[in-house]
Formats: sequence, structure tokens, C-alpha cells
Amino acid sequence: MTLPDGVERRDFDGETGLATRGEPVYGEATDGAWRRWDPDRSKLGAMLALGMETGLTGGETVLYLGAAAGTTVSHVADFAGPTYAVEFAPRPVRDLLDAAAPRPNLFPLLKDAREPDSYAHVVEPVDVLVQDVATRGQALVANRNARFLRPDGRLLLSIKARSEDVTADPAAVFEDVLTTLEERYEIEASESLTPHHDDHLGVVARPRRDGTF
Amino acid sequence: MTDGWFAGLDPDDDEAAVAAICEDSADEPAEWPRLAVDAGFVDDTDEYYDRLGAATTAAAEQAVQEREGADDRQLVHAVRSMADCERTANELAERVAEWGESRSADAGSGVEYARELARGDPEDPAGERVQSLAQRVVDLDEEADRLRAYIDRTAPEVAPNLAALAGPVLAARLVSLAGGLESLAKKPSGTVQVLGAEDALFAHLRGSAPSPKHGIIFTHEAVRGTHPDHRGSAARALAGKLTIAARIDHYSGDLRPDLQAELDERIETIQSRTGGDGA
Repeated sequence: MTLPDGVERRDFDGETGLATRGEPVYGEATDGAWRRWDPDRSKLGAMLALGMETGLTGGETVLYLGAAAGTTVSHVADFAGPTYAVEFAPRPVRDLLDAAAPRPNLFPLLKDAREPDSYAHVVEPVDVLVQDVATRGQALVANRNARFLRPDGRLLLSIKARSEDVTADPAAVFEDVLTTLEERYEIEASESLTPHHDDHLGVVARPRRDGTF
Repeated sequence: MTDGWFAGLDPDDDEAAVAAICEDSADEPAEWPRLAVDAGFVDDTDEYYDRLGAATTAAAEQAVQEREGADDRQLVHAVRSMADCERTANELAERVAEWGESRSADAGSGVEYARELARGDPEDPAGERVQSLAQRVVDLDEEADRLRAYIDRTAPEVAPNLAALAGPVLAARLVSLAGGLESLAKKPSGTVQVLGAEDALFAHLRGSAPSPKHGIIFTHEAVRGTHPDHRGSAARALAGKLTIAARIDHYSGDLRPDLQAELDERIETIQSRTGGDGA
């Protein structure tokens, strides 16, 4: 698999890890202009570290749902083009604003990802939709936001089993979520994010051609 | 509506741009950067992204402030006011009932009786006074209800995990007793367990009473629904989870639905010690 332009494997204190170039955000290790992208703290970082074929090339327009404090989305903004970061909780958005300050292509939006109407007047059609929201109905959120994805774009989704149903078997939860997802997407790949994140499934998908596009 | 955030905006009006980002909406996204250039809002897309960056940042800052303006201080005032309204309504209702008894053999009691009297038809000047007083009781009781509705709405915004685990009103009471979400988040679980039982705690510390097993968290079903022999364990387990919830709410803000399942599991174990008759 290929890493997008702007993402490299580099040595940090004898350990090889993914890295992007930009201002540090969460106390990660740095090496000159490069800063380590910790796969244990980032689902997208884990997908790349595990070698999933994400189709990222660098320079894409990105909509990121569930940006939280900006850990992952700051790395995305380091290698991507215009990056729209949606987060619903006010407190982490304070940190997200700090991450956005030195990144002119990172646009923070305090919005609810379940209500895409509330940011469709700001967000342009994108090449990549990244989603990492810890709420019930993760597939529904992805389906509702499919409208933002260009026909040749990709969804990079992290499903957290425990957000859907804490008691159910994660495998069964993943199957349910993927089934719902298939209403709007064709699944290209899915892979467990273990050992970086327990009970998480990484998914790469394309918008369905027979959908509303 | 299908316009971009910049539609109809004066390019130099930053305040209007913030309002548009925060409040407007659209059914579908569109090629906003190109449309903004076409509309003459900006000269090129570079300038568009500069303006977008400034506007989204300012909008997010403002929205954070507004959302946190429904903050823990407001919640504390609301829950204390609710308690005051309820207590005062009950006190006044007693007075109304006492007065009512002197005038009628079939006088009732409590807020319900005041409600009845307030609807009545006074026969003399004293009756008018009783009715008017009863109306104050009804007003206070209704204000308490409105404050409770406000708490139900805002507690989940201020402390989502705590409110989910404790219920909005108990969450607000805990925040109020601790003096704010931050100080609640910094309290050890053993303190949270006895918040609201300070009299009993200090009596115990003076050596004149057993240690209190629980404070205000007694109102939670996990404690109240447990056999008295095991309420101490239940209160300790509940306080532990509530403390974790408060810390997540204060320091990170993300949702942890697993907390509820962990608590349920623990309480079930504790309640099963009595062979089911405790629940």
C-alpha cells in the first residue's frame, strides 16, 4: 500500500512510525518539522499503519466528522487540502481551535454530524469523508453525510462497536453497521484496528453509483 | 435553502459572517469556493479559504462560548432555585392548609390543596387572602417544574456522561454540592459518595455517629433499589462511576456509554447478594 504524499515513516527514538509535517498538537514526538502520528491515538493513523488501502494521495479536500480535540484531523490537514472538521462537543473544540490556528486549511465547525444541513452551506463537495464519531447510529451518520462525497470520493470510517451496543458481540455490531452502510456505499475494505484500538473496525467505502448521485 | 454562507454578505462584515456560519443551513453542499468567486464575494479561491478560515474560527469560538454559557454555573443556580421553589412552596402550602382548616372542615393539605383553593371562589376578605396565598404556592410549584425542565435540557449539555448516569437533576445536584463541575471532577469518589450528608459525616468524625453510607446519591435507583444491608457497596460503586463520568465530562467531553453498562453489571452483582429480595 502507498502512503499519501506528506505522510512518511520515520524514526522516533529508535521506533519507526508514521509522521506528518506541522506544528505539534498533543505532545507527540517530533523530529525537525516532522511529528509522529500515533496510531494508538488515531483511528485513521491505525488504518494507515495497518496498511489498509485508503486511496489517500495527499492534497484532497476532506470532511472530517468527529474531529474531537483535533488529534487526527491535524495530521490530515498536514497532508490534505481544505479540511473541514466537524465536532459537536464544545470542550474539545477549544483544543481543536488551537490545532487549527497554525493550519490555514483547517476549518473548525461546532456542528452536529447527525444534521448535515447545518453545515452544508459551508462545506464544499469533498474527495474524502473521514468519520470517527462515538454515537449510536454511526452508519446513519455516514449515510446522511454521503451527500458531501464526490462520486469518485472515499469514505474512511472507524466503527466503534461499544457505541452501538455495549453488550452485543462486536462482530455482530459491525455486520449490522456495514449492512446499513451499504444503502449508500460500496464497501471496499474493512479491517479490525486491533492492536491499536480494541473493538473498532476500519472501513474504506465508495459512494454507490445507483444512489442519489 | 441552497445558498452558501457568504450569500448576501458584505465581505467586510465579520460579525454577519459568523452569524451565517452558526445559524444558516443548506439542503445540499455546492462548489462554494467557485460560487463565492462568481458572486464577487472574493477575488479568488485563495482569498475565499482565508476568509473561510477566519469566519469558521470566529464562529467556533463564539459557539463554544454560547454552548458553555449553558455552563455549570447556570446549572448550579437553576438546581438551587428549584430546591428553593419546592421548599418554599411546601412551607407556604402548610400555612395555607392551616389557614384553610380554620375555615373549612374538609380542608386538604399540601400543594394539591393549595391548587384546589386557588381555583375556588372566595366568600369574604379573609378567603380572598387565603386564595391569593394559595395562588403563590401554585406559582412557585409551577416555577419549580419549569426549572426542572431547564435542568433536564441543560445538564446533558454541561455534563453528558454524568447526566446520563445519574439523571439530569441528580447530576445538577452533585455539581451544585461540589460547587461546580471542575471541583466535582477533582473530588475523590469517597467524597462524592457522601456529598449532601455533611451533617452525618461530621457527626461521625466527632465520634458520635456511624459513617454515612451515602449522601444525595441515595436518590439514585442503584442505591435506593438495593437492600439496606448492601447499600454501602452500591453507593460506593455508583459514586465511583459518577466520579469517572464527571472527570470525562470536565476533561474530555466525549461520550462513554460503557459506563452505564459497567455500573449496571456491578449493581446487579451487589443486589444479587441478597438473593433478589433486595431489588
